[in-house]
Amino acid sequence: MEVNFSPTLTAIRKHGIGRSNLIPILHEIQGEYRYLPEGSLRSVADIMDIPLVDVYGVATFFTSFSLRPKGKHQVTTCMGTACHVRKSGGVLEEAKRFLGVEPGQTTEDMLFSLETVNCLGACAMGPIVVIDGKYHGQVTPAKVKKLLQDVADAERVPEYVEDRVAAVL
Amino acid sequence: MSKIESLPSFEQYRKALDSERKKYTATVSVCGGTGCHAHECVNVFDAFESEIVHRGLEDSVELKITGCHGFCEMGPLVVIWPQEIFYKQVSPEDVPRIIEQSLLGGKAVEDLLYQDPSNGGKILREDDIPFYKKQMRILMDMNGKINPRNIDDYIVQGGYTALAKALFELEPEEIIDAVDRAGLRGRGGAGFPTANKWRSCRQAKARDGIKYVLCNADEGDPGAYMDRSLLEGNPHSVIEGMAIGAYAIGANQGYIYVRHEYPLTLENLLTALDQARELGLLGVNILDSGFDFDIKVSVGGGAFVCGESTALMASIEGRIGEPRVKHIHTAERGLYNRPTNLNNVETWANVPLIINRGVEDYASIGTEKSTGTKIFSLVGKIKNTGLVEVPMGTTLREIIYDIGGGVPDGKTFKAVQTGGPSGGCIPESLLDTPVDFDRLYEVGSMMGSGGMIVMDEDTCMVDIARYFLDFLCDESCGKCVPCREGLKQMQHIIADITEGNASPQQLDLLKELAWTVQETSLCGLGQTAPNPVLSTIRYFEEEYAEHLEEKKCRAGVCKALISFEIDPEACTGCLRCKKSCPVGAVTGEKKQPHTIDQSQCEKCGICLEVCEYEAVIRK
Repeated sequence: MEVNFSPTLTAIRKHGIGRSNLIPILHEIQGEYRYLPEGSLRSVADIMDIPLVDVYGVATFFTSFSLRPKGKHQVTTCMGTACHVRKSGGVLEEAKRFLGVEPGQTTEDMLFSLETVNCLGACAMGPIVVIDGKYHGQVTPAKVKKLLQDVADAERVPEYVEDRVAAVL
Repeated sequence: MSKIESLPSFEQYRKALDSERKKYTATVSVCGGTGCHAHECVNVFDAFESEIVHRGLEDSVELKITGCHGFCEMGPLVVIWPQEIFYKQVSPEDVPRIIEQSLLGGKAVEDLLYQDPSNGGKILREDDIPFYKKQMRILMDMNGKINPRNIDDYIVQGGYTALAKALFELEPEEIIDAVDRAGLRGRGGAGFPTANKWRSCRQAKARDGIKYVLCNADEGDPGAYMDRSLLEGNPHSVIEGMAIGAYAIGANQGYIYVRHEYPLTLENLLTALDQARELGLLGVNILDSGFDFDIKVSVGGGAFVCGESTALMASIEGRIGEPRVKHIHTAERGLYNRPTNLNNVETWANVPLIINRGVEDYASIGTEKSTGTKIFSLVGKIKNTGLVEVPMGTTLREIIYDIGGGVPDGKTFKAVQTGGPSGGCIPESLLDTPVDFDRLYEVGSMMGSGGMIVMDEDTCMVDIARYFLDFLCDESCGKCVPCREGLKQMQHIIADITEGNASPQQLDLLKELAWTVQETSLCGLGQTAPNPVLSTIRYFEEEYAEHLEEKKCRAGVCKALISFEIDPEACTGCLRCKKSCPVGAVTGEKKQPHTIDQSQCEKCGICLEVCEYEAVIRK
């Protein structure tokens, strides 16, 4: 028999098929794909013998799971109370405007996903923005704009490459 | 590491560790809490490591990365023992100087010491800093002394002696009795007497003999992070507490439910559990006492409602985290319908202290009805942000001014919010309220898990009410109507008020809705959800009135009620605001006063932030 080593099956093998393992398995799959693909949810339901609607229910109830693919760069704004009184609202507004997406969405070029989080527990640094796992403290609207601009600039394809692509096409 | 098979060999193990560590003449502890991690303390640790090796000091200097010291504002923190020299905001470049002057020379590096803001004097020791001086750190004490990933550090400090004492010297009922007389109340929010919970769970009949003890580490209150710091910095104190509780209740299986937003906590906890199992402090026949106990870790998925006991249990079972009606208590039928006892992180961590310090000593701390200490996370508009552990009964004023140093930037204090989304805002006039479970409840707030968010004149109280309603609407699981629909209607009204579209009569409707949600919701989340609204109306009604009648927001927060203008006198025409405006609402030529087109302005405030001439005015 050929063994399938897809992340979904690996996660199920690792945790086992008891119902209590559903959430850890979904965490593992999401860790691999950065979202929960439909096919994975179907496999999980079939193999674990849990109705698909229940798997879907759990996958949509908890905010850490996403059914949509995430972008290359993860931007998370903390919306905890401490960050809020230090004006994280304006920071989020600016991030939304810069990226042109709402929290939970991904930019069309799949470069950025914007998320909010209720508290990161690093309140001394608030307002906090986390970009790809790096914490930025005391962020202001102008500062978040610069942070995002820097990431976007680093991603920009140099003009001479674009020219070559255009020339060949 | 090999398994410790009996009580005498446990004591031997501890003595051996103790004498082995005598070889160190100094210890360098680098704070490794999430706050300091964000300040990149790892680089400081690495610098110490290579410098110590470079100078051949490995055998005399002990280096460790510890849990959170609490003074997150000043991170990365480094403490040099035995002198207890406290260094703040240490960078990797400072490391050679610290080794040279402090470890080898026995002197302090002056510029890295904390400076007393009141008189400018340098302070050498951690305990002498005003932030720490008025605290009573019995739970947090070990956080700065032990490496959470090394069980030996905990054992050397007397760890697991309470468990040994419980297993070999005390009967289960005696333990429950001790917890009862010590007056321990649940630190998760409501302050229910812990011993009562334990007793009913002990007495409950399990159909197959299986009972569970659970630890709630789903710290969902925004602005509260003491449970994270405890579990992250001293996981064994929680594990030991749970083992003692399980023995008292008659349970052999435990679960710790951790937020997935706390990756470092999870890593430290899993390491701690592995090490405890390896040493035989968890598992079958612990220290040959005949008692079996083990703990599994369950990771949450980011749902605030999962802090509620029945929702938490549903989530562990792999179901949607919805609460159920509790006409049958979870002490009788909880996780998998078996008798279950749930306490939060801080409650469990108190248990070894009660056993070790003795009932009388523990009960002498705090007030008559709220004993012991409580850890608060003091955040928001406060000079010294961080974790604060004080005896119950300390007044809010002492915490905010003596420990927290008051409000920064010369602003005026407005309110302090306690109890997270279930709590309320307490005004200046009530700052002398002693902090205990009952007094906070009397003033319309609650202890909650211990978040304390300070607000100043720039905070709009209506906006705060709106913030919490937005949060709660988002987090309502949707199972019961009052919470799902009621909160949504309240949210609409509050939004109208902050946008200047509400009539004064709507305030009465808002209150009526609040009371209905309070009385009729299914679980604690819904029943307490109106508190932020009701407490702000109670203490700051004049701010609501201003929004409703004058369409004015005195804090300048509610966007619909404010505008930005440029003072032509002060404007130098530097173009800075024009370049920064994301919507192009600023017009004007170089060296000519600029103006803001009000129809385009989105009121983001960037122009105010970037202007160096104070020419942008918020009205």
